[in-house]
Parts: sequence; structure tokens; C-alpha cells
Amino acid sequence: MDFLEITNLNISYPTRRLLVAAVQDVSFSVRKGEILGLVGESGSGKSTIGRAILGLLDEPGKIEGGTIQLENHDLADPATEISSFRGKRIGLIFQDPQTSLNPVMTIGEQLIETIQTHLQLDANEARKRAVALLDDVGIINADARFNDYPHQFSGGMRQRVVIALALCADPDILIADEPTTALDVSIQSQILALLQKLKADRNLAVILITHDMAVISEVADRVVVLKDGRIVEMGAPAAVLGTPSQTYTKSLVSSVPPTDRRIDRFPIMGAEQNHAADHNLKILNRWQLQKNTGASLVRVEALSKSFSGEGFMRIGTNEPVHAVRNVSFEIREGESFGLVGESGSGKSTIAKMIVRLIEPTSGAIFFEQDDITTLDGPALLAFRRKIQMVFQDPYSSLNGRMKIKNIIAEPILHHNARLERADIDHYVDDLLAAVDLPASSKERYPHEFSGGQRQRISIARALATQPKLLVCDEPTSALDVSIQAQILNLLKDLQEKLGLTILFISHDLPVVRQMCDRIAVLKDGAVCEIAAAEQLFASPEHSYSQHLLNSMPKFQP
Amino acid sequence: MQSVGVMLCVALLSFSLFNFVGDPINNMVGEETSTEERAELRETLGLNDPIHIQFGRFVVNAAQFNFGKSYQLRRPVSELIAERMPATLELVIASSILALGFGVFLGVYTGINRTGVLSNIILFVSLAGVSLPTFVIGILFIYIFAVILGVLPSFGRGEVVQIGFWSTGLLTASGLKALILPSLTLSLFQMTYIIRLVRAEIMEILQTDYIKFARARGISNRSIYFGHALRNSLIPVVTIAGINIGTLVAFSIITETVFQWPGMGFLFIQAVKFVDIPIMSAYLVFIALVFVAINFIVDILYFLIDPRLRTKSENRDG
Amino acid sequence: MADRYAGLIHRIRDSDIFHSFIHSPTALISSCLLVVILLTSFLCEFVAPHDPFTPASLSLMDAFTPPFWAEDGSMVFLFGTDGQGRDLLSAILYGTRISLIVGFSAILFSVIFGVSLGLTAGYFGGRYETVIMRLADVQLTIPSILMALLVDGVVRGIISRELHDEVAIYVLIFAIGISEWPQFARVARGATLVEKNKDYISAARIIGLPNRLIMFKHILPNILRPILVIGTIGLALAILAESTLSFLGVGVPPTTPSLGTLIRLGNDFLFSGEWWISFFPSFFLVILAFSINLLGDWMRDTLNPKIN
Repeated sequence: MDFLEITNLNISYPTRRLLVAAVQDVSFSVRKGEILGLVGESGSGKSTIGRAILGLLDEPGKIEGGTIQLENHDLADPATEISSFRGKRIGLIFQDPQTSLNPVMTIGEQLIETIQTHLQLDANEARKRAVALLDDVGIINADARFNDYPHQFSGGMRQRVVIALALCADPDILIADEPTTALDVSIQSQILALLQKLKADRNLAVILITHDMAVISEVADRVVVLKDGRIVEMGAPAAVLGTPSQTYTKSLVSSVPPTDRRIDRFPIMGAEQNHAADHNLKILNRWQLQKNTGASLVRVEALSKSFSGEGFMRIGTNEPVHAVRNVSFEIREGESFGLVGESGSGKSTIAKMIVRLIEPTSGAIFFEQDDITTLDGPALLAFRRKIQMVFQDPYSSLNGRMKIKNIIAEPILHHNARLERADIDHYVDDLLAAVDLPASSKERYPHEFSGGQRQRISIARALATQPKLLVCDEPTSALDVSIQAQILNLLKDLQEKLGLTILFISHDLPVVRQMCDRIAVLKDGAVCEIAAAEQLFASPEHSYSQHLLNSMPKFQP
Repeated sequence: MQSVGVMLCVALLSFSLFNFVGDPINNMVGEETSTEERAELRETLGLNDPIHIQFGRFVVNAAQFNFGKSYQLRRPVSELIAERMPATLELVIASSILALGFGVFLGVYTGINRTGVLSNIILFVSLAGVSLPTFVIGILFIYIFAVILGVLPSFGRGEVVQIGFWSTGLLTASGLKALILPSLTLSLFQMTYIIRLVRAEIMEILQTDYIKFARARGISNRSIYFGHALRNSLIPVVTIAGINIGTLVAFSIITETVFQWPGMGFLFIQAVKFVDIPIMSAYLVFIALVFVAINFIVDILYFLIDPRLRTKSENRDG
Repeated sequence: MADRYAGLIHRIRDSDIFHSFIHSPTALISSCLLVVILLTSFLCEFVAPHDPFTPASLSLMDAFTPPFWAEDGSMVFLFGTDGQGRDLLSAILYGTRISLIVGFSAILFSVIFGVSLGLTAGYFGGRYETVIMRLADVQLTIPSILMALLVDGVVRGIISRELHDEVAIYVLIFAIGISEWPQFARVARGATLVEKNKDYISAARIIGLPNRLIMFKHILPNILRPILVIGTIGLALAILAESTLSFLGVGVPPTTPSLGTLIRLGNDFLFSGEWWISFFPSFFLVILAFSINLLGDWMRDTLNPKIN
């Protein structure tokens, strides 16, 4: 039986310049006891739909038309008392458990408040119910932890508390907006398992909103694919993801990094994409290509980094944090080396030490046989030319006040102050062409570009000094999956044509499998295992590697 | 702790004022005093001793509230200050209650009702309030209530009752009447400032995820405003309140001047005009003491209000 | 060259900020008011109908003339005259100029001093940052009026009276400036810390740019917004501070009276019925502060990304 039925929903955001149609003509339904996945990239409208159901659209969004039918109530009708449904019939949980909980109230207080809002229970009974809920979502020692504050729980535990809060009044529908995106992979699988258990126990109708195709593939019973506010395709995951009928769905599916094998390039479909290796590589004329001998380019020996306890806490936390412990590995010329781990594994810290953004506490880092931790002056400048970095967040890696051409020219000018202006302009043009951006981009400002385009600019800037080693710190984690595929292809092509060595840092295992030749798995600052990519995925030796691979949601349509 | 450090710094400043700004001897005696007499005086006062001994003596004296004699009034500074302190403190406390009470209440109201007509009126008036310097407000009040309407006194404290060393104006009708205008004047500027700050805090809190989540759980608006938002705004409000009381003490200088209120601020202004160093340095130390005390209380309040300061946070997933 | 400016003007015209400026009545009114005030006061020699400071041009016969709409008023002295026959309107214009000069210079000094300290503190961190921020915190607990009074008092004690009169304006600018720097340092440091953690700064460091360049070319332009907002409001505060100090008698010397001085002088006549002598200067002072605050308020609302 269809429990919640949405018909011809239209939502728009009137902005100053034009009316942004966020959701257009969307119709689907959810049944009890099923998980419906709403999947799409950014701007697809999936989150908007979730919030609209509960009347929680951010200003100035409004529902222009359509119905949201729950039994005999239309939730889209402004006359309906939508507040009586919130929490009672429909629960909603957000992405970030840290900001979803009120930091100055204990979780017990927040639970009891929610319970007493909807049910007529006295304090004792409310408390019993709250503890039972906490138990149900898997909080160990629920009774003892009842009076703890949110910051005393870890991220995964907090999300469980959030789920408990949403279920206080036994709603029939649970809307989960990217519930696991902010969590580590191992925790993510636990939360997904929890959602499935709750669905079964309580016969919930679950709307799971996510951009992660693998998650959908693992837990969703039905799938709705959205693009730019419209439904592209819907049906059972096996059908929609396994044998998609629409072009968009096909290209979306082919952009997902496969978890079971390594492919050469992500197949990109659609009219706007050019042929695979067709980048205008005039940059090659300037590049001093050297033969990659496979010799050791970077060697890290017994590297350690500790941070002294800091932060605004007054009590207790002055213990040092050992971010990196005694790490050793080697990167060979021309290869693509991956550092993989969850949050707190130290992978970013290691990368920052290799580019000398921070200094190690102990240990040595050798680049082309020199210990870079001791470099200074002109030697340091020469070193800086040979290593460059591409960052995770495309929105903060470019100075918003500078034109693109100045951003890219800056490293060139810094190392070669005497180049002619015209020459530099040509060089910038060539770099932009190498990353598939038109030359006209150079007169524009960062805010005029999308996330994927900004990453391309970052890559162009990184290539400006003709580095030997390119460090990529989660370069595609903030991008949509289709854009990610394009950027990863670009990186592969550039590596091949320019003879780059790449250090690739990521928490995303499927991506790492596609991009790297050898991989080091990190946990809590120490190396668990270093192996060739295929070998690691086929037969991991260390227990943590095995655990990681098991937790990883597999895209198996 | 750092409070002691601050006090020492201030003491050092005070001391430097004393010794290096002008010649203390010249300031203390008349012109007829001979050179030998001056030298003798210098010796008696210990002004020839090494600096650190003088400083030590200064600190010891200061701890006992002994700041010497005022150059101008020729009376011990501590006596002068003790005489005037109750006046200033009563004024400041009355103003604080007004400023904080109305300020926080109106700030919360305008923060919650962002677009209402009443809110906009309040905001407009508060903007005017921030643009009116305290002395203009004082003069305006005097003109309206004392000159034109004649209902309230325009200067002085009215009758005071002496309780021990404290002289209070709160127990007499004329004392209370005299308190009204000055405390209103003093509190107005601060009140408007507080309204705007509290409003900004409330608006920011209402945009947070946990408020949105509370709404999604069906928590009533009332609970959200008074339960969640208010509790979370306590921390910044406490900060604001702390700074505010301190500011009031300083701004009392102006109010006391306008209303000729016999408090420490009035004393201080005279001291600045006549370069009466002992009073200046004593006032400095006293003010520092007040601020350090306020900071200390605010820190304790933080500790009580913000659970994150009381307990360790857990970051690792088990 | 020309098209560089054309491009800039285009950007400004298209920007969201310009749009909300044009459409906001408060912003338009306040900036118009300010422009008028600025022009008339700085060109006061040409605009003012009389010269209130040459004793020769004053006549005691004109003293205590009420404003033009009252019984004994005249159009010659629009807002009346004071006890010595000085035209109030002219005195106000000259006084406004003084107030503006002192206020503006003080805030400029404060901003430059505070932002430099805050920016470097936030960027370099460590002991340097702790020391500066502690200093700022300690000074923040002392209200600026008190600070300015202290500085003024100390300087008075150090230099002789005649010299003091000459340099009083500079002393005042310094006193007010010194009293306001902590808030700029605080804001600058906070904003610097936020920017410092952004990746474009890491990119700049990886390129190998020297610290000096990173701070002034990359970070500084990106932290200007909140500084601008606080600076505008600080300007109003500085002007009020100057007038307060002058009112108390420890501000500008009597030879170059500012609005505060005029109010003080007029205060004596409040009870004897010549209300206009202190009313008009007060009124103009409030209008000035009010327009600046309005503008600052509008700036804060538009430039704040958090509150929509």
C-alpha cells in the first residue's frame, strides 16, 4: 500500500534575478516497510523534496504546486497544520550529527522533551521510553549515558542519538537526508545496518536521500534518480542501476568507481564530452619530459608528528595527539601511490609534511635523495618547484579576489620573475587548455566557476611549475560523482602524458583502486599494510584492511 | 593566575604615573619650600631608593588602600575614594539592572520577531540610542524633566542616610528621585547596545542546525525560543553583561559630571584636569580591581553554563 | 586602461552589494546625509555665513540672538548666537569639521594599528599571538573613554600646558585611537585564522611565497569586509568619544571648539532659557552619528554571509 504519495510537486526559489525552479513535476510514492532511495547530484532537488514534505523549506523556497498525500491529508496544502505531523507522523534527520544536537542540553533532556511534546507521559515513563529508544539504536550503557552531553559522544554515536530523537513518537515515515555522508566508512555501514533493522522492526517507510550510489545499491528497495529537479528514472535498484534506460542514468552509473576491478578510464557519455585523450596538450612543448626510471622519488622514514593538546577545553585535554607514528614508505618515479584511511588516520598530516606545510616531530623525508626537512633558502625554493598540491575543497583553494590568470601565473612569476608578460599569458593559456578550460577563463573570477571547474583551475595552477610530484589530497571528495569521473580521468591523462608521479590521498576506497598502483593503509597514524592495489583488494593481509574492505558499500546493481 | 598578572601590570602603570609623570615633590609642596626641605622630603618619602623597592612599597601600600594624599585637595586619597564610592556604585547597580533587564528582554524579542512593526520601531529607536552620546541624553533629560516639567532634580544625590561607612540614597524619597534621571541616562546607551548584540546572537542561534532539527521533531515554537535558543544565548549574554557592567563604571564619569553626582567619576575628571596623580593612579587600580573581579565572576559563570568546559569531549568512534 | 575601469564599474554595477545599496532607503539616505555633512563642513570657510573665530567680526550686540523662527530671531543668524555673538550655524560647521577630523584620524590610526597587529598575530601564532591577544583582552575590559582619559591625563602631566594646547588634537587622536585598537585586532585576528586555514593560503605557501606577501596580498583583501563594518561603527564611536571628551573639558582646546565643546559651553545657559546654544550642536552631532550608524548597520546586514 502506498503510504506517502507525491504528485506533480513543483518547488521554486524566487531569487533576485530569476525564479529558480528547484523541483519540477516530481511524482513518486513510498510504502511502509521499504527504503526508497532519492539519489542525485548537487542541484537535483533531492534535499529540497525531503524538507518540503515537512514544510521546512529554507526561505524563500515555496511549493508552487502539486500534492503530498499522506492518508487523507495533503501536506503541500498551506491550510494543513503541518506542525502536527513533524516528529509525530514523519521524522527527519540531517547530515551532520555534530550540529544537529543542542550542545548545552543533555541527550536525556532532549529526548524527554521530544517525547513529552508528542505523548502524554510523565517524567518517569518518558525516561523509560527514552532509554529504551537509546538501547534500540545501539547506544551501549544507555541508562548510564543518559545524562551525558552531545560532545561526549563520538560521531557515530551521535548519529544514533539523532535517529533515536527522530523516532521518539513512533513516526510512520523517516526521512534521512545524507545520514552517513559525514561519517567514516566503518561507522557508515553500522548506521545503514541500523536503518535497515529499524525499518524492519517498526515497518517504517524510509526515504533515504543521498548522492552515494553504492549506498543506494546496498540498502535501497526502490530508487528514484533525480537531475536538476526532475525525475529521470525510477524502479528497483537492480533495474535502474544495473540496466539503466536513460542516458543520464547510464552516465551516472558509469561514473561510479567500480569496487571489484580496475578500469583504465571512466567511460564518459554524452555529447559534451570529447574523446578520451583529446586534451590540447600544447603544454608539452614547454615541459621538460624526463624518462621515469622507477627509482625512488620520495622516501619517508620513521616519520612522526605529535600535536600538543590544545583547544578551548580547560579540563584534561593537554595530552598530546599523536597524529602520525613512525610511518615509512617509498614512492617511485612515475607511479601513483595511495594513502588510504579514515578520519584521524594521519594521511593528510603526512601529505602536509611531504610538501613542508608543517614540520615533522621526528623522522626524515627524502626527495630525490635530499632530506627536505633540512632545506632552506634557494634549495627550498628549488624543492618547492618540484612538488605541488591539489586540495579537497574547490571553494577555498582559490583566492576569490584574484583573476584566474593571476592565480595561475603567481607560481610562475615567483620562480621566474623575469619572464615577459606576453609569454606568461601564453603559458597560462596552454595550462588552461591542458585542463580543458577555454582561454577566456583567465579574465574571470573564481566565483564564476563550478566546483569541478575550480578543481581544474587548481590542477592548472599546480602544473605551472612543472612539478615532478603532484600531491592530491582528497581532490574529488567534494565533487559530484560524474564530475569526479571527469577529474579523475584528467589526472590519469596528465600523469601519463607529463610523466607525473602522484601521491593520492583519499578515504574513498573504490576511487583509490582506480587511481593508484600501490597503496598504504593507515589507521591512527600508523601504517597497517602497503601493497599493490590489486593485491590489496583481492586479498588484504592486515585485519584493519579487511575490516575496511568489508565495510565499504559495494556498488553491485 | 592571570588576574594577579593583570593587577600587577596595572599597579606598575599606576606606579609609573606616580613617579615619572611630573615630579611628585614639586606637585606636593608649594613654591616657597627651599631646596633643602625638598631634599629632606625626598628622603623621607623614600624617593631616592632604587626603583624596585619603591615599587614594592607602592604595591604594599596599594594593597592597604594607601595612595598618599591628593595634590589638589590635600586629603588622603583613600578617604576621598571611600566617600564617593557608594554614590558611584549605587548609580552603576541601578543602571545595570535597567540596561540588562530591558536590553536582554527587548533583544530577545526583536531577535525572534525579526520583521514585526514593533521590532522595527524598537530597532530604530535603539539605533538612535547608540548615536546619542550619554551627555546629550543627560542634558536632554535635565531639560525636559527638571527645567520644563520640574518634577525631578537636576543635580546632586538628594538626602542620604549613613549606614556604617556606606551612605545610601535609596532610603529617602529625594534620594530615589535623584537617582532616576542619572541611572536612566547611564543605562540608555548601554541598553541599546545590548539590544543589538542580543538580537544578533538570537538570530544566529535560530539559524543553527539543532534548531532546525528541533523544529523537525515537532518541538513547539515556545519551547524552541525559551528552552533552546535562550539557553544557548546565555553564554554570549553573560559575556556582554560582564563587559557592560565594566563599561557602566567608566561611563558613570560622564553621567556624574552632567548631574554633578558626587561619585568617583566626578573626582577622577577633576583629577585629570588638574593632573592630580595620586587620585588618577588610585582610580586606575580601583577600576582594574573591579574589572578583574567581574572577569573572574564571568569565567565562573561560563564554567557553570557551558557543559563543554566541564567535561572532556569524546572524539573517537569506539 | 580605460576598459579596466569600465570593467570595474561593470562589476560594481552588477554586484549584489550595489543592488541592495540602491534599493535600501536607509543606505541611500544616510550616505546622502553624510556626503552633505562632509562637504559643508570641510568647505566651511566658503559655506559658513559668518566667521565665528575672528574676534574682530564679533559684536556683543548680537549675543543671545534666538533662532530665526523665534521672536527676536533674524535670518542673518539662522540658528541664533551664543554669549559672545558668534553665529551658531557657522560655529557648528567649523566644529563638525574638527569632530570629523579627529574622529576619522583616530579610527584610521586604530584600524591600521589594530589590523596590523591582529593580522600578524593570527598568521604567526605562538607566543607573539598570545601576548598581543592578552594585551587586547586586558585593554578591552577598560572602556575606551577611560583609556582615552588616562592617556590624555598622562600626556598632560608630561608636557607643559602651552605645548599641550598646541598638540592637543594629536594627543586626542592618539588617545582615542589607542583606546579602540583592540577590537580591530580581535576581529582581524579572528578573520585571519579563518582564512589561514583555507586551502588557497596553503597553496600560496606551497608555491613558496614569502609570509609578508601572503599576509598582505592574499589574506588582507579577504578580511576587509568585517573590518569595514566595525570601522564604520567605530567611526561613529570615535566621533562621540571626541565630543564626550571635549564636553568633559579634556578634549580639543577651546581655541578650536568641536561640537562637544560647543555643547559644554551652551550647557551653562540651559537654565536661563537660551536653549538653542546647546541644542543645535547636540542635534547636529546626533544626526552625524546617526547617519554613520545607519550606514554601518546597513553594511553589517548586507556584508554578513551568515544572517540572511
